[in-house]
Amino acid sequence: MTKPRPVHGAGPLAKREARLAWGLLFPTIASVALVVLLPLLSIFWISFKPVELADLRAPEVVAREDIRGDTKAVGDQANIRYRLRNSSRDKPITGVTLSDTLPLGLIVQTLDPRCTLDERALFCDLGDWDPGTRETLTIPVTLEQAYLTNGLRPQDSPATTTGTGSNVLTNDTFTLENFARIFQGDEFFEVLWVTLFYTVFGTVGALLVGLFAAMLLNKSFRGQGILRGLYLFPYVAPVIAVAFAWLILFDPFSGSANALLIQMGVTSEAINFFGERPLALIMVTVFEIWRYFPLSFLFILARMQSIDTDMYEAADMDGASPFQQFWYLSVPQLLGILSVLFLLRFIWTFNKFDDIFLLTGGNAGTRTLTVNVYEQAFDVSNIGAGAAVAVVIFGCLLSFSILFMKYISREEGL
Amino acid sequence: MIRHGYITAPVLGALWMVVLATTIAVTLSFATGDPFRPHILWALLWGAALGMGMTRFGTGRTAQLAVGAALALVTLVAIGPISFGPTASLPASVIAAALLAASFAITLKMILTDVGPHSLSRHIFEAAIIRFLTGFGYIFFTAIVLIPFYVMVMTSLKNQSELMQNPLDFSIDLTQGTALLRSYHELFTQFHFGTYLFNSFFISVLTVAITLAFAIPGAYAVARLRFRGRAAFSRSILLIYMVPMIVLALPIYIAFSMTGLRNSFWGIVMIYPVTTIPVALYMLQGYFRGLPAEVEEAGLMDGLSRLAVIWKITLPLSLPALASVSLYVFMIAWNEFLLAFMLLDDPSKFTLTRGIAALNSSEIPRQHLMAGSVIATVPIMALFLGLERFMTKGLTAGSVKG
Repeated sequence: MTKPRPVHGAGPLAKREARLAWGLLFPTIASVALVVLLPLLSIFWISFKPVELADLRAPEVVAREDIRGDTKAVGDQANIRYRLRNSSRDKPITGVTLSDTLPLGLIVQTLDPRCTLDERALFCDLGDWDPGTRETLTIPVTLEQAYLTNGLRPQDSPATTTGTGSNVLTNDTFTLENFARIFQGDEFFEVLWVTLFYTVFGTVGALLVGLFAAMLLNKSFRGQGILRGLYLFPYVAPVIAVAFAWLILFDPFSGSANALLIQMGVTSEAINFFGERPLALIMVTVFEIWRYFPLSFLFILARMQSIDTDMYEAADMDGASPFQQFWYLSVPQLLGILSVLFLLRFIWTFNKFDDIFLLTGGNAGTRTLTVNVYEQAFDVSNIGAGAAVAVVIFGCLLSFSILFMKYISREEGL
Repeated sequence: MIRHGYITAPVLGALWMVVLATTIAVTLSFATGDPFRPHILWALLWGAALGMGMTRFGTGRTAQLAVGAALALVTLVAIGPISFGPTASLPASVIAAALLAASFAITLKMILTDVGPHSLSRHIFEAAIIRFLTGFGYIFFTAIVLIPFYVMVMTSLKNQSELMQNPLDFSIDLTQGTALLRSYHELFTQFHFGTYLFNSFFISVLTVAITLAFAIPGAYAVARLRFRGRAAFSRSILLIYMVPMIVLALPIYIAFSMTGLRNSFWGIVMIYPVTTIPVALYMLQGYFRGLPAEVEEAGLMDGLSRLAVIWKITLPLSLPALASVSLYVFMIAWNEFLLAFMLLDDPSKFTLTRGIAALNSSEIPRQHLMAGSVIATVPIMALFLGLERFMTKGLTAGSVKG
């Protein structure tokens, strides 16, 4: 008989629970790994690769076949032609082969030495190809009755080609060119400065405006619900819709805002709001504030409504004026949520792409880091440089996140 | 010094008059297209004078009437806070004057409550300032939120020549009847917006379904089950959100180009849910934690398996949270622009946002662009207004994402 002993480590029940937990989490972990972690790793890989937009299509052998000559009667002589080419002008293909099935009733006269024919199955080993190689294989054939009755021509069975093109994404060429390219000159520092301006002022502005809006609605009156819903509109509407509405509103030629300003006598000629430095940067920041103040407003309002009203009554009795109540009672209570919001919004504004892309496309001095990723990758067609900018962004975020994690452990909530 | 009735009241009156005059001038300009403009100098002057008057002679009904009448009169004889351009129509001018007079007389009385012709206590002084700021705030926020949407809707109802003629004239000629909606008609008949609408709806619903299917088990595991790495896991969920979409979009674009998933429905449906699963998981686990564990334990004791407990007990209890999460995810998927823009090139597979982006060209008149925007905005707004309670909750719980 064994003496009962306390269980060490995880007991069978605990193990079963842990297994179930991992089982339930597996789909999430797998999908996130596939769509978030894998791309993140590949960004680092790509950033060291000399890869352009056009390189995404691997070189391949393009084959066209037809039959030339008389094909009307038995015994006619004709040629089957395979016209082949390397689709890439600057990359070789190795181990090029061609295989095809000849139609019934064609008797092959002579065969290219590189090809073999097994009954009707044709196979050719064409070796390695230089960039831009073109080649034509001609196979003379004689017609038989079967070809005429069958009606199948050679091009009706498509030829299959194989060949290994070296893909710049998977080969072992690496380069630091991408990083050198994005860091060169003053351009990078301008991008950095624009990002910083946009992020800091966008975040702080949205917080302050949100605080103001929350104070307006932190009392119950008829229509409070309607106003609250209304003030959330900018955030809920699709960004593309509101961005275009802003563009049309502020259009320099026929925008209402300019017409209004001219009529009010504020300006004598139309202002190109989204096309001039530094006005464009200010405008995209204002747009950011306009679109995201509802978010801070919602959070701050929720926190305000959970503050005990007794405190204000007591302060009132003690003769504190409204401003004093705000400064000495409300602000300390709201400091926690404000700082958490600041950190979150800071990171999110830093990450923002759609808004600026839609409003100015990064022109007129509004190119932030995220817009620069798109610009390098798709407008300049240099995927590698785009990836390098993405790596820089990721580095910045990593440092923000460390800060954020350190902070959020103190500021619970959220 | 400044806390004296004879200083506070004129200052607040003057500032308030500027606010009201500007508001009414802008509103009427937008509504009628007639040239109204606030006259800042006159506004300051009249505002100060009337504020002073109200303090001196009280804020009773007669004083209000007198203020209103005086204001209407000076406005109409063109020395008031709002001036009219030569082309302004008479009825519009009368409406402007009346509106200004009435709103100023009523609201200034509210602002100047307790402000008498003597030195003011700090309390009364600050309360008056706060009332002024509150009034200003309501006007300001309502204006900045409504104007872009107003412009969006009204532009979509006009035609090119009307828009060029007077960019401020948003008045609608109702006699046109259904011809007003011609932009919408063209979008649906010639630009396949019906298909886009369906695509967007289909993709969003699928995204919600897939997200929930992944996030519910995951959230339950994080909220209820004990396993090593639980704390680290629930934290790293949020970290995923720190990764900007454009950084992910680039490799996804490359991978999709090489595998031929670009330009396909399923590629989009594969990607969208993964962008929403972490936030849904985070929201749901918070809610699951708040549910009493005892109910579930009772179920376990009665012989239900864990999965049966989730299905029969936890889920029915968390229906409100599920509604919030679903709405929030739906909103993200519906509004998503970047991935749709990069991954879809084939017009038959466009989502609404991608379809609108395709309308942004110089050949397509911009009332079409705005009509497209309205089509994309209206469903999500209707959903939002109809289910505001859930939506607001979802936004508060989930808007760690921007």
